Amino acid sequence: MSFNNLDTLYRQVIMDHYKNPRNRGSLAEESVTIDMNNPTCGDRIELHLQIEDDKVKDAKFEGEGCSISMSSASMMTQAVKGKNVDDALKMSTIFSKMMLGEDLEDVDFDLGDIEALQGVSKFPARIKCATLAWKAMEKAVATDEQ
Amino acid sequence: MDVTSIREQFPILHQEVNDHPLVYLDSAATSQKPLPVIESLDAYYRQHNSNVHRGVHTLGTRATDQYEGARDKVKNFINASSTEEVIFTRGTTTALNMVAYGYARHQLKEGDEIVLTEMEHHSNIIPWQQAAKYTGAKLKYIPMEEDGTITLEAVRSTVTENTKIVAVTHVSNVLGTINPIKEISQIAHEYNAIIVVDGAQSVPHMKVDMQGLDCDFYAFSGHKMCAPTGIGVLYGKKQLLEEMEPVEFGGEMIDFVDLYDSTWKDLPWKFEGGTPIIAGAIGLGAAIDFLEDIGMNHIIEHEQQLANYAQDKLSTIDGLTIYGPKKRGGLVTFNVDSVHPHDTATVLDAEGIAVRAGHHCAQPLMKWLDVTATARASFYLYNDESDIDRLVEGLQRAKEYFGDVF
Repeated sequence: MSFNNLDTLYRQVIMDHYKNPRNRGSLAEESVTIDMNNPTCGDRIELHLQIEDDKVKDAKFEGEGCSISMSSASMMTQAVKGKNVDDALKMSTIFSKMMLGEDLEDVDFDLGDIEALQGVSKFPARIKCATLAWKAMEKAVATDEQ
Repeated sequence: MDVTSIREQFPILHQEVNDHPLVYLDSAATSQKPLPVIESLDAYYRQHNSNVHRGVHTLGTRATDQYEGARDKVKNFINASSTEEVIFTRGTTTALNMVAYGYARHQLKEGDEIVLTEMEHHSNIIPWQQAAKYTGAKLKYIPMEEDGTITLEAVRSTVTENTKIVAVTHVSNVLGTINPIKEISQIAHEYNAIIVVDGAQSVPHMKVDMQGLDCDFYAFSGHKMCAPTGIGVLYGKKQLLEEMEPVEFGGEMIDFVDLYDSTWKDLPWKFEGGTPIIAGAIGLGAAIDFLEDIGMNHIIEHEQQLANYAQDKLSTIDGLTIYGPKKRGGLVTFNVDSVHPHDTATVLDAEGIAVRAGHHCAQPLMKWLDVTATARASFYLYNDESDIDRLVEGLQRAKEYFGDVF
């Protein structure tokens, strides 16, 4: 692997989300708050999700971690905001498949910036960084349903 | 020390990773294995494999001789008084848990104190937290100096008449700090407390002398000292081991078994329930022979030279922070401004350089350092200055790579 291969991991759009995270911050008390971390490496995310009428009305996050985990959190919040919950969960499944390097041809979603994270699948050690925010989103939805 | 000929003994080092010759700087996590150790496992499984301490047959005798022979090697290596004081375990974590379960939980009562340091690995914190919860004992921490060392004054001001256990690491896996174990032992003993030492980062690198240090319990792992994973040692003073309860019950550790009660074997076997880690112990014996041939004094001297060289070289990189004292064991923990350690480690990996990134199983210490994670390069007998030069080049490139972003 050379530095060119590194570029498949650290795409410009990822670096942009890392440097200028979208939806960073917290939400008022009507939202669900989920704390999640990667115990092996210390990446941490606090995700706030406001769900109303089966729709993700708002999403914000705070946390600390590497470029991949933080940019993924930024992209995830951007992606699920305004989506209904089922679609948000579907996107999470698609994201997991993407991390396994699976073909995404049949996907009927516009993945937007998220697609830039496809290169992570070639760096197995970093997959858990990318999936942290999505796992937090899934947990937030499950918590809200309870 | 002839690093070139030492490297020849480690086949794994002679490979390319991501199109670059491998530079392995993660020996504090686990060391690589030399040929004599690999061959000892091969020979054991090809020629001698059998269960120990029971068979009348020839293979059983051979396996038993080799297993107990390894115990004898450990005894001499750490200068224990007898083989009764050398218990084979799965590793440091298991050994420390055995003391916390088998000794602390039976001996401690409400109001007693367990004294730790803030630089401990999780393995030397959590077993004590659990023992404290169980018994009502209290945890106390010896404060650290700004450079990540502890002074004997700080030890004295923390240990009291109520202190029953002082649990401290010999060498910090993050800071490289070498703690004055002999002096801390003395203070603990003045207060009739016992000292339990985490030796995971010391035994692989330097001569440790159980009788000289006057430790009560001392734990270490084989896999960090050229031996296989899954084997480690709990050293304990005979009298304390006799007071200590077994943690695992079953085959191998019993004397007489009745329907309603049983009695235990003598030391050290009362702590080795079930079929023991026979091949692992034999591999550990081979690793000890290998290290002793080179000489522990040479190894620590070599590593400290590398640590000094690394500190000098790394401090020429702008925006790089090194954590821990100047005088240290063979590792350097650092962060590069504006590059997260995981990203540093990924860029280094693309250059064939293996370092550790994360919290190093020392979250309280990360808090003390006021960081969430760090990168760590750790050295062993097979590393040399050219490895550190490669690290420095790699770090320069990581900075350039991420410098474009910020």
